[in-house]
Amino acid sequence: MTLATREVRWGAGGRMIVDGVTLEAAPGRVLGLIGPNGSGKSSLLRLLCRLRNVASGVVTLNGNDIAGMPRRELARRLAFVEQQATTEIQLSVCDVVRLGRTPHRAALASWNQADEAAVNEALARVGLTERHDQFWHTLSGGERQRVHIARALAQEPSELILDEPTNHLDIQHQLSILSLVRRLGITCIMALHDLNLAAMFCDEIALLHDGRLQAAGAPEEVLTAEAIQRIFGVAVSIHDGASGRRHIEYLIETERRKQP
Amino acid sequence: MSHAAHGPNWSARIAIALVSMLALIVAVALAVTIGEMRISLDTALKALGNGLFDLDFPVSAIQQGVIFDYRLSRALMAGLCGGALAMSGAILQALLRNPLAEPYILGISAGASTGAVAVLIIGISIGGAVLSVSAGAFIGSCAALGVVALLAAGAGGASDRVILAGVATSQLFNAATATIVTTMASAEQARGVMFWLLGNFGSVRWPDIWMAAPVAFIGFGICVLHAKALDAFAFGVDAAASLGIAVTRVKVVLFAATAVMTAVMVSIVGTVGFVGLIIPHAARFLVGSGHARLLPACLVIGAIFMILADILSRVLIPQQILPIGVVTALFGAPVFALILYRARRPA
Repeated sequence: MTLATREVRWGAGGRMIVDGVTLEAAPGRVLGLIGPNGSGKSSLLRLLCRLRNVASGVVTLNGNDIAGMPRRELARRLAFVEQQATTEIQLSVCDVVRLGRTPHRAALASWNQADEAAVNEALARVGLTERHDQFWHTLSGGERQRVHIARALAQEPSELILDEPTNHLDIQHQLSILSLVRRLGITCIMALHDLNLAAMFCDEIALLHDGRLQAAGAPEEVLTAEAIQRIFGVAVSIHDGASGRRHIEYLIETERRKQP
Repeated sequence: MSHAAHGPNWSARIAIALVSMLALIVAVALAVTIGEMRISLDTALKALGNGLFDLDFPVSAIQQGVIFDYRLSRALMAGLCGGALAMSGAILQALLRNPLAEPYILGISAGASTGAVAVLIIGISIGGAVLSVSAGAFIGSCAALGVVALLAAGAGGASDRVILAGVATSQLFNAATATIVTTMASAEQARGVMFWLLGNFGSVRWPDIWMAAPVAFIGFGICVLHAKALDAFAFGVDAAASLGIAVTRVKVVLFAATAVMTAVMVSIVGTVGFVGLIIPHAARFLVGSGHARLLPACLVIGAIFMILADILSRVLIPQQILPIGVVTALFGAPVFALILYRARRPA
């Protein structure tokens, strides 16, 4: 048992954004949240790590309500990677990854061997060991996202939550970030935009629409032509791709009309 | 964040502490000996012995007074004020994620001066007890902080809106101060207040030090305890919260600490701008952006800067004392422009 929600609701500005979602992540698996813009993916992720407090319902971690957990304890279990978080402060790659040790250190504790080991391991896992001393501002978008994942790994979490980690990255970096997430082996919950990438990299998929959970389960059960047509308003044809995974083809008129 | 030292490197820390102390002592020694009345270091030390330890060196009463009651107290106050304002600036810059944030620019100093002026001229009393000038300044600075927070949140909460909110807040409280002064103060009071508003160490005496020193040092202690939390704000409030920081509590404690430090300094020396802006940037350049190093560096560098600025204010124009706020602004305004210019470039 890991992260689960029961009848979770949250609203802002008089509008329900997450409306009664009951969902459970499976330990060690990758759960993808998909849905159109404004369907409540990001908000649900923020409720999962208590960056927002639920209006009703509960979020549980190993069966315990997270509302009652001290924030520091929560941060040792759950790590969160935002989309495109950046800073104007001059920080090196290792400075950023070291922030991940914050929940493990007392206010005046000095840096110790365990902290150093966790940082080095995290950098190695995302393949950025050589970039240790490089400045944040000199990194590409894909590298920055890797550094954020390394920072999250330095927290030594059992659950990793990612909000559209591939946003604004080119396709090569999208694939490499998602492969990286898949290889981590910890429970991951991530919001994704791209349906094909979600089908490729997630063990389970939850489909959100207007803050409500529409379907949850294996990609082939959730990503049906009927569901995509109904929720995204796009006609698709789904067939088995070369990799054995399913491939979603968008059926849309792309021929340019000839000028008379 | 610490680049080199991975553990407590005590010999390096002690060396840095000693060098800092020495630099501070040199700055104070310069402040005591330089001035319209030239005083030798020897005489200064004797006067110090007389004043501090009740010794009986032969120093003329005038010299004794100038050194001990005038220049020394003034130099110490300048140091405390510079250190506290620089730390406040570093904290506001971290919490608001804006490199231009500092008590003066955000209008917190203006709020403190409104509170102080209101108490000085109107004499506000609560429950029969007359409010002290510092308490008035504290209420004013908290009010200003509240107005800035409301305005910035109302404007969308983006970190660049904070500065605009600060400009509006400064104007509002400066107008309130001007209204109080023009409608209720006598001509003499008005002149005194205007002079004090620009920053003035001339009236500092020992009791002021006994009030400012605990505020600066307790403030420093509170801030250093939150050094790691401040580091965690680098990527924003949500990032800090997901790293286990109790964001609301940290913000309330640190904003209150900044408000108290600013209020007490303003109530004693008036509004001194730009120290909170330039010193944190200079300190980051020297020790990096990790707050465990940055905050002590701000305390020391801010103190030295302010003591030297005060010396300049006394010797720049013979027979005249420039308001300290004028001297710091002469340095600060160009630095402000430089930071603005650099911030324009995409990261």
